Amino acid sequence: MQEFKHYQSAHCENGVTIGLLRQAGLHQITEPLAFGIGSGLFYIDIPFLTLQSGPAISFRSIPGSIFKRTCKAFDVKLQSHKYRDEDKAMAEMDALLAEGKSIGCQVGVYHLTYYPKEYRFHFNAHNMIVFGKEGNDYLVSDPIMEETTRLASEDMRKVRFAKGVFAPRGHIYYPTQEIHATEDQIKRAIVKGIKRNCGEMLRIPVWFIGAKGINHTAKNIRKWKSKYGDRRAALNLGQIVRMQEEIGTGGGGFRFLYAAFLEESAAILGNDELLRASEMFTNAGDMWRDSAVQMAGIYKGRLSSQADYNLSADMLTEISAVEKEAFLYLDKIKL
Amino acid sequence: MKKSEIPQDDSPLKGWTREVCYAKNEEGKYEAGLSTGWSIKKDALDGAWEEVERRINEALQKVRANEASPILYFMEKSLMDEGVLAHYTGIWKWRVKRHLKPQVFSKLNDKVLQKYANAFEISIDELKNFK
Repeated sequence: MQEFKHYQSAHCENGVTIGLLRQAGLHQITEPLAFGIGSGLFYIDIPFLTLQSGPAISFRSIPGSIFKRTCKAFDVKLQSHKYRDEDKAMAEMDALLAEGKSIGCQVGVYHLTYYPKEYRFHFNAHNMIVFGKEGNDYLVSDPIMEETTRLASEDMRKVRFAKGVFAPRGHIYYPTQEIHATEDQIKRAIVKGIKRNCGEMLRIPVWFIGAKGINHTAKNIRKWKSKYGDRRAALNLGQIVRMQEEIGTGGGGFRFLYAAFLEESAAILGNDELLRASEMFTNAGDMWRDSAVQMAGIYKGRLSSQADYNLSADMLTEISAVEKEAFLYLDKIKL
Repeated sequence: MKKSEIPQDDSPLKGWTREVCYAKNEEGKYEAGLSTGWSIKKDALDGAWEEVERRINEALQKVRANEASPILYFMEKSLMDEGVLAHYTGIWKWRVKRHLKPQVFSKLNDKVLQKYANAFEISIDELKNFK
């Protein structure tokens, strides 16, 4: 079996990306680079859709896109399979592991036995690497965990065939050849990742996506107290904070991770303006954290007046403006 | 966020893992650091679980009052909604919704009940003789 090195990361998809690509030879890739090259920063507040009866908000691009885009940037040849037949899916995984391959694998977390119960909702866009099998146990490198873990066969089948939104249908993926990148290739990948991210945060012409989408959420928050009553309104705020800060975001709704990417890119490209942009995203991340503290006052029941909701909303309106300015600045840098 | 400010609060992650955060070190450069949790988000997660408990209890009252079938209770207990349950059972969502009614539920055959039992990882008996 090929030696496998586990990398813990903030976000699962970044972690699987760097774990698989480094093993295939791309040693230069880091978590912030994978996130930025994959244009991972995003904001969407989908109208008319609810998650656990709360707002459907995401701070990152659609699951799978970071991996796909990063692989494309380095011309990585991939194999990727989804299955109808569970037995076939399990047999093929075993065969690949027997060949010594490490495999990226999309799973649902509800049946992930090595997670604390509190985190096991029906969330199906989690990713991990399976790198071996011993007896009935699969050897798993889950990027969220500090160490590698194990998962029994029965549970592996359940998590690979979890049902609901983003059902993985046994999805596995792995690079099929060695990957090497020149300095120049990395520079081009960074520039492309930045430009695409600017486009997605500034120029998608719907009101609930990108920097302006944050202001859309702010407008909604002002109506929640009268529309849903205190209990539901407070739960909604709690949901925003969870999407923003929960395990997998690196803090501040991925904004710190993006600031880290820009800082790394500034050094690689020798461009000080990127450092300035990095500062702007650090500021945005700090503002998100401050807004979480304010919202916590409401969902902990300490605050409950309309003025408190308005203050939460005002903070988001301000973040919306700060992120718009940051992306406009980033977009104008000549790279 | 500065690296020294990465929160190290109590959280459900304790004993399982610590999580990676990105923050600035003393030289002002980004670095990954580990956090045991943050009370602000722990409270949000606790709130979500309290809501789950409330929904389970509400479902239980409805089943006891014969206003809903046991499927509602087990659905809430499994953190599912009608859509997720429909996907797990392979039963159309509009039929799942009908099966939440006690009158409709009482006429279901074992084949259908078995699908629900499998989805909830319980025995068919627990569905039929709800306590």
